[in-house]
Amino acid sequence: MSAVKKPNPALIVGKYAALAFYLIFALFPLYWLLKIGLTPDALIYSEGTRLFPSEVTFSNFTTVIFQTDFVAYFRNSLVVSLGAAFFTTLFAAGAGYAFSRFVFAGKRIIIALMLVTQMFPLLMIIAPIYKIVADLGLLNSLTSLIVVYTAFNIPFATFLMQSFFDGIPKDLEDAAMMDGCSRFQALRKVVFPLTLPGLGATLGFVFTAAWSELLFALMLISKNDAMTFPVGLLTFVSKFSVDWGQMMAAGVLALIPSCLFFIFIQRYLVQGLTSGAVKG
Amino acid sequence: MARIELRDVAKKYGSVEVLRNIDLEIQDGEFIVLVGPSGCGKSTLLRMVAGLEPISSGDFLIDGERMNDVRPRDRDIAMVFQSYALYPHMDVARNMGFSMEIRKDPVAERKSRVAQAAETLGLSNLTDRLPKALSGGQRQRVAMGRAIIRDPQAFLFDEPLSNLDAALRVEMRLEIARLHQKLSATMIYVTHDQVEALTLADRIVVLNGGDIQQVGSPLELYERPANKFVAQFIGSPTMNVVPVVGTATGVTAGNGAEIELPDQPLTAQAKELGVRPEHIDVVDNGSGDLSAVADVVEHLGSDTNIYVNVKGIGSMMVRKHGNIPVKSGERLGLRIQTENAHLFAKDGTALRRVA
Repeated sequence: MSAVKKPNPALIVGKYAALAFYLIFALFPLYWLLKIGLTPDALIYSEGTRLFPSEVTFSNFTTVIFQTDFVAYFRNSLVVSLGAAFFTTLFAAGAGYAFSRFVFAGKRIIIALMLVTQMFPLLMIIAPIYKIVADLGLLNSLTSLIVVYTAFNIPFATFLMQSFFDGIPKDLEDAAMMDGCSRFQALRKVVFPLTLPGLGATLGFVFTAAWSELLFALMLISKNDAMTFPVGLLTFVSKFSVDWGQMMAAGVLALIPSCLFFIFIQRYLVQGLTSGAVKG
Repeated sequence: MARIELRDVAKKYGSVEVLRNIDLEIQDGEFIVLVGPSGCGKSTLLRMVAGLEPISSGDFLIDGERMNDVRPRDRDIAMVFQSYALYPHMDVARNMGFSMEIRKDPVAERKSRVAQAAETLGLSNLTDRLPKALSGGQRQRVAMGRAIIRDPQAFLFDEPLSNLDAALRVEMRLEIARLHQKLSATMIYVTHDQVEALTLADRIVVLNGGDIQQVGSPLELYERPANKFVAQFIGSPTMNVVPVVGTATGVTAGNGAEIELPDQPLTAQAKELGVRPEHIDVVDNGSGDLSAVADVVEHLGSDTNIYVNVKGIGSMMVRKHGNIPVKSGERLGLRIQTENAHLFAKDGTALRRVA
């Protein structure tokens, strides 16, 4: 057999064509969001499906920022998403570490139960959740969303963190303890720095999930000043009309934190996903 | 420097007993090798000495002081792991100096000790590298450096060479032997490789199925194994063991061949005869104790390995020094060096020899 097969040029062109097609498919809606956001209101319908707007305006953006409650929604979303991401990662890291390292009674059952929670469609449990939150007097509060998002993301995040901890050899902790660390010091000095990719990936995952969550936010929040961004977007839909330009502009603005977050953790995420994947 | 004692130590996981009746006294500066097949409990025993694994029952003493419940960090013992267990996010210097960093030793002292250890181990120009940028042998050296820098009471090695290729293993084995000469510290070394055990140990502890089978110097184990397990585990190639019927003066093999064993007082109890491949002589067909047909012949240059079939007994192996011109299919006579033969009773214990 020859060592290296000569690459078939047609195959290479084909691969790039497929990639290009996919990229256009995936990115076009984003472009469309931006395009409509930049098109003056008066032209939105008359322009139809023109690829480029004939006129560009930032008025939709300025209106959204200065004349609507968008900034408040944005801030609420940020609080809820960061809060949910922080608490989920905190708990998932603890649980994941325990699952990865310790043998204890009921471990298999707890893991099985956590899997079971992932099987129910959210719609099925939204009524009881509403009741619980109402009884706790937490309706229309950001706390309710942080609690609910944290609860719902913990199982998956725990499995994610567990796979990261599984990827860190136990020998390293043993070595650290032989070197004079207490268990806690071993965690802090050796395990924690090596788990950063996992923590980053989990934070990113929960942040994005919470940032775009609509269903619970819609159910649990009805007061304007506690609305998160996805619910706030609906205020651009009035009974008789939809303010497309402003809605799209708000959408573009809402993408920014997610993008920044992903640029920030992207390096860890790629590492993290591979280290998780290899472990299987 | 430390004298380590284990008194009737046992280890249980739930109802499963993985180690029992472990009595062992290790002298100050002694090099002890724990050897046995995988699953025999040797690594568990080492981890119990390290303090990484709780001791279920019995006493563990260092210099006469009971240390069962003392944390690993307070036992003043260093350990080299099979996986090296280098901290991937720290460079070589920090890996080696980590214990001093934790102990909050003065930075200047740490630096000079790290530099000294790096010098000793030939790592001086690698101190700013991360473990991933090192070869297997270099990683192994860093792991050793991390242990020696602390100047501990005792060193533990958990199969430290098994991840290295053959050539490097020999080289590192030599370095560990030199390290022991230089530091003359107490060392406990776990391996499943009997060559490492025989070459490094002052005394070898052979473990099987959670029990100590025998404790002794390498030559003691080779010359006077306590039972069939030790006999077959120590020595390479493996000892031939064939079923026999004991008589008053010797044994009768399965093919009817009678072998006189003047050195053995207890021949009547013998159920099996053990002969190492190097203790069988090849003689002319028709003479000797057994007649055999050569099956596979391996010419190694320094030695010749001859796998033979003996009618009524089965296959055996013969190893002779130098190049023996035997061909596959050739008929040979085999003479057993009776002064080096071993007899085993029904339960596998070795029957005592005269000498």
